[in-house]
Amino acid sequence: MKINNYHKVNTLDEAYALLTSDKSSSIIAGGAWLKFSKKTIENAIDLSNLNLDQIVETKEAFEIGCMTTLRQVEVNKSLMTFCNGVITKSINEIMGVQIRNIATIGGTVSGKYGFSDLITPLLVLDTKLQFYKNGIITLEEFLNSKDFKNDILVKIIISKKIGKAKFISMKKTSNDFSVINTAVFKNKEECKIAVGARPNGALLAIKAMEFLDNNKTYSEEVINECASIASKEIPFGSNIRGSKEYRIELCRVLIKRGLQEVLK
Amino acid sequence: MKVQLTINGYKKEIEVKPDEYLLDTLRNSNYLSVKRGCDSSSCGVCTVLLDGKPIASCSYLSVKAEGHEITTAEGIQKEAAQISAYFGDEGADQCGFCNPALALTIYAMKRELSDPTDEEIRDYLVGNLCRCSGYVGQQRAIRAYLEDTL
Ligand SMILES: Cc1cc2nc3c(=O)[nH]c(=O)nc-3n(C[C@H](O)[C@H](O)[C@H](O)COP(=O)(O)OP(=O)(O)OC[C@H]3O[C@@H](n4cnc5c(N)ncnc54)[C@H](O)[C@@H]3O)c2cc1C
Ligand code: FES
Ligand code: FES
Repeated sequence: MKINNYHKVNTLDEAYALLTSDKSSSIIAGGAWLKFSKKTIENAIDLSNLNLDQIVETKEAFEIGCMTTLRQVEVNKSLMTFCNGVITKSINEIMGVQIRNIATIGGTVSGKYGFSDLITPLLVLDTKLQFYKNGIITLEEFLNSKDFKNDILVKIIISKKIGKAKFISMKKTSNDFSVINTAVFKNKEECKIAVGARPNGALLAIKAMEFLDNNKTYSEEVINECASIASKEIPFGSNIRGSKEYRIELCRVLIKRGLQEVLK
Repeated sequence: MKVQLTINGYKKEIEVKPDEYLLDTLRNSNYLSVKRGCDSSSCGVCTVLLDGKPIASCSYLSVKAEGHEITTAEGIQKEAAQISAYFGDEGADQCGFCNPALALTIYAMKRELSDPTDEEIRDYLVGNLCRCSGYVGQQRAIRAYLEDTL
């Protein structure tokens, strides 16, 4: 990455004006992933002065500023117990504290990284994103769209829905990317299942979720069938971390384990 | 660009490029305990403390550090020597290349976690790779250091 001009902005207006002033302008959050980019950035826009590194807990939600580091999220006491600490657990597995003290939640979500261990659990929770120009949209909408490239992600809003959740990933070593990661959520109203590091970005396993919602009892057979549906409906690919076939098998096993945990 | 940094308690004004990383700024300023290993956020030998928290200086832009406090192993010499003595007692190091970063991370951990379990210690130090030791001796040394000094 090469940077021609660095701006620590004082308002979001200023940031937006710079971002839209030149095609090669870019928001820089932790900058940990951008480091690997081959881009020349004309205007690097740093939001550090805007007080966007806070976690605000309201009655209904956690509102997490885009510049909040992964470590700040990880050590937040309320999030440690929210939905069995599913967010804390997923972050805890990302590299070492040295990177988690740099990388931000805003950079993670904006990057839509296929390997992300955090986007997968966020997808099974009710996660909304607040953009500077486009307002509030769901995380799913954002992941499926290409429309928000020239906007600034301001906050990540996680509704405090009550239920059990479980994140399980498979890594070859603790500092590596996941071969696959999975998250499941269950409460009285709904079941949500997401699979990430396919190696592409996380997706909800809609058919498997419908299957579980249509069942009143959760026998071993039902759980096995649900995990099998998920592993068949999600498109997988191969890369240096694992083959498509390996991921299909892992998906079935990890979803099964996740469901066993949340349906206990 | 000029940045104001507080390094090991001393205020400094340093000229940096907009895309310069803190590792280079510190090494160019003769803080040579800060090592370059992978240069891609994976090995931890470039660890410094930013406002007391361990970060990988190879992946942190110097301009972002403006106004912050940076600590290198030169700034915690007494504690680093103490930690090293425990490492020596347990045969926990060989070449020593990872030691300054490890000492800083242990120093930060001691201040962040009140009475860490072995698992918490391992979790906290997972970003500090060591090519020589195999980690078991390190774990023993850290446990002994914490027990004697907490
Ligand atoms: C060596 C290494 C290993 C990693 N391993 C893992 C892993 O195993 N699992 C995992 O889940 N993650 C992993 N990560 C990714 C990490 O968790 C972060 O997701 C990543 O570093 C991005 O966060 P950042 O703050 O560094 O973003 P940056 O690098 O600063 O930015 C990333 C992108 O987001 C854009 N952006 C940032 N903020 C905003 C905003 N507010 N509005 C709009 N656009 C924005 C930037 O322009 C850029 O395109 C790893 C990262 C590194 C460096
Ligand atoms: S040199 Fe920075 S983590 Fe390896
Ligand atoms: S003692 Fe050689 S790298 Fe750790």
